[in-house]
Amino acid sequence: MAMTETRPGPAAGTTADTPRRAKNFTSRVLIPYSMLAPGIILFLVFMAAPIIYTLVLSFQKKKVSGLGLGKGSQSTAFAGLDNYVSALTDPEFLGSVLRVLTYGLILIPLMLGFALLFALLLDSRRTRAGSFSRTAIFLPYAVPAVISSLLWGFLYLPGVSPFHFLARQFGMELPSLLDPNLVTFAICNIALWGGVGFNMIVMYTSLKAVPSEIYEAAKLDGCSEIQTAIRIKIPIIAPSLVMTALFSMIATLQVFAEPTTLRPLANSLSTSWSPLMLVYRDAFTRNDVFSAAATSIVIALATFIISFLFLRIVQKRAFGQEN
Amino acid sequence: MTALATPPKNRRANPSPRKASKAGKADFIREKPSYVSTGILILGALYCLFPVIWVVAAASKDGTELFSTFTLAPSTHLWDNIVELTEYRDGLFWRWMLNTALYAGVGAIVSTWVSALSGYVLAKFDFPGKSGVFKVLLMGVLVPGVILAIPQYLMLAQAGLTNTYWSVLLPQIISPYGIYLARIYAAASVPGDVIEAARTEGAKEMYIFNRIAAPMMLPGLVTIFLFQFVAIWNNFMLPYIMLGDDHLFPITVGLNGLLNQGASAPALYTLVLAGALLSIVPLVIMFLLLQRYWRVDLAAGAVKA
Repeated sequence: MAMTETRPGPAAGTTADTPRRAKNFTSRVLIPYSMLAPGIILFLVFMAAPIIYTLVLSFQKKKVSGLGLGKGSQSTAFAGLDNYVSALTDPEFLGSVLRVLTYGLILIPLMLGFALLFALLLDSRRTRAGSFSRTAIFLPYAVPAVISSLLWGFLYLPGVSPFHFLARQFGMELPSLLDPNLVTFAICNIALWGGVGFNMIVMYTSLKAVPSEIYEAAKLDGCSEIQTAIRIKIPIIAPSLVMTALFSMIATLQVFAEPTTLRPLANSLSTSWSPLMLVYRDAFTRNDVFSAAATSIVIALATFIISFLFLRIVQKRAFGQEN
Repeated sequence: MTALATPPKNRRANPSPRKASKAGKADFIREKPSYVSTGILILGALYCLFPVIWVVAAASKDGTELFSTFTLAPSTHLWDNIVELTEYRDGLFWRWMLNTALYAGVGAIVSTWVSALSGYVLAKFDFPGKSGVFKVLLMGVLVPGVILAIPQYLMLAQAGLTNTYWSVLLPQIISPYGIYLARIYAAASVPGDVIEAARTEGAKEMYIFNRIAAPMMLPGLVTIFLFQFVAIWNNFMLPYIMLGDDHLFPITVGLNGLLNQGASAPALYTLVLAGALLSIVPLVIMFLLLQRYWRVDLAAGAVKA
């Protein structure tokens, strides 16, 4: 890689040192970097370059000369912050952000709450049928979001849903979850179904890593199981909770597959329901990659800021008390 | 609280009589199964199994039964639906299944190898710029896919690679999280003296990695493989953007398209459901077989197999 050549040896030696230094250079620099080359090249081509490319695109706009017909009449021009201004003032974008924030505020507490509850129950020695439940709850993680949205999408149809069937037996008519007002809940349920098991496994793994002496001690002190769970287990696995929350938030902001798959079944979902759907529409349906690039930079920055703020707040709470 | 958090060794050895009796009682209670907690877990399990059970029933119905009979009641048309799905456009569905196996299987194998090699070098070699390289790679974990999708498409379009297998395979080989995990694994499972011994015997570095280090890291590599397999299999947006020819689609994009057509031709719904059922069967089997590798501690970064 480029770094290999630009990095000089520790110190310029005398001519007598040269053969040894050459060998040293090979084993200390060339070999590790040549072994890292596949990773570094792929990283540069498929991660670093695209990020820079998006940044460049986001500051450009289409320039049309003449009638805008024919070859060479369209070129790009520097747009400054125009794309950002129009992204941030676009009511469609703001609407999609608002929908996704609502979605996240409903989904993340429910998903992590249930994951934590299930993990604690699995960890409790009084629970039976643990391995069956663990496998069953983790199973949806094997189902891709498109397939799970498809399954739930059919289950939401009043003609198919067993809940609507049951309600009809009692002479009631339930509202369809695919109604415009309820479709957010419909998507939340799909994501909850797909995500609760994975988060449960993460929390359960860190619960298993806690030495059991701590629980023995708590028991000797007369701690009930619920007290042990709240006062000892949850604080001990707090780092896992932080990480699952962080990953869930990043995933929430990027929701795309679920609403896209549900659209054929739910007319209430617009092509700009989530920010990512808006980016997709701008880039590929409207052929406006420049504003799509600006929108995606805004989403990425928002992701970073939210992650950073979240970690700051959590760290202050978790470690501020000890010091 | 503070007393509880630190494990008191002495107290355990010499418990006061009062505490001993309490502990004895707690022991007794703990052995008794709790119906409430078992019940809650089983409810959670049923919720998670419900759509899977439903699709087994639904895939066995014909087009009219789907909307007329009780939703969980199975019917007798499962085989007819599978035959019809197989005949749909000369077996396009099975082509999608094979494509998925190719994207997720080959993609995840190559990705695991690249991650393992990078992680091994970052853990076991000492070279200038090491921590810088690691930090930059690690930042990739937090990069949301959204800012990559459009430029990746435009770049691959310029290289003439969109609408090919490469356009879906190549971008998903690099996995910063995989490298991060592999580094932890290599540090924990490959002893430095083993590498030194192999070097003294004159073994080449790549030989040492492929034949000595990689087998030692194997349980961790299975986990990285599973992670990457699920990530590729689950990634809907990338193939959705990159591919136009439906002979190259993975199953997710294919079924999404079929569902879209079903909006105007409901007869396709039975095919969609049969397809959904068939597509989750292999993955569910793989999950059950490899379940023990899913012991993930995100916070510690460690994977305990």
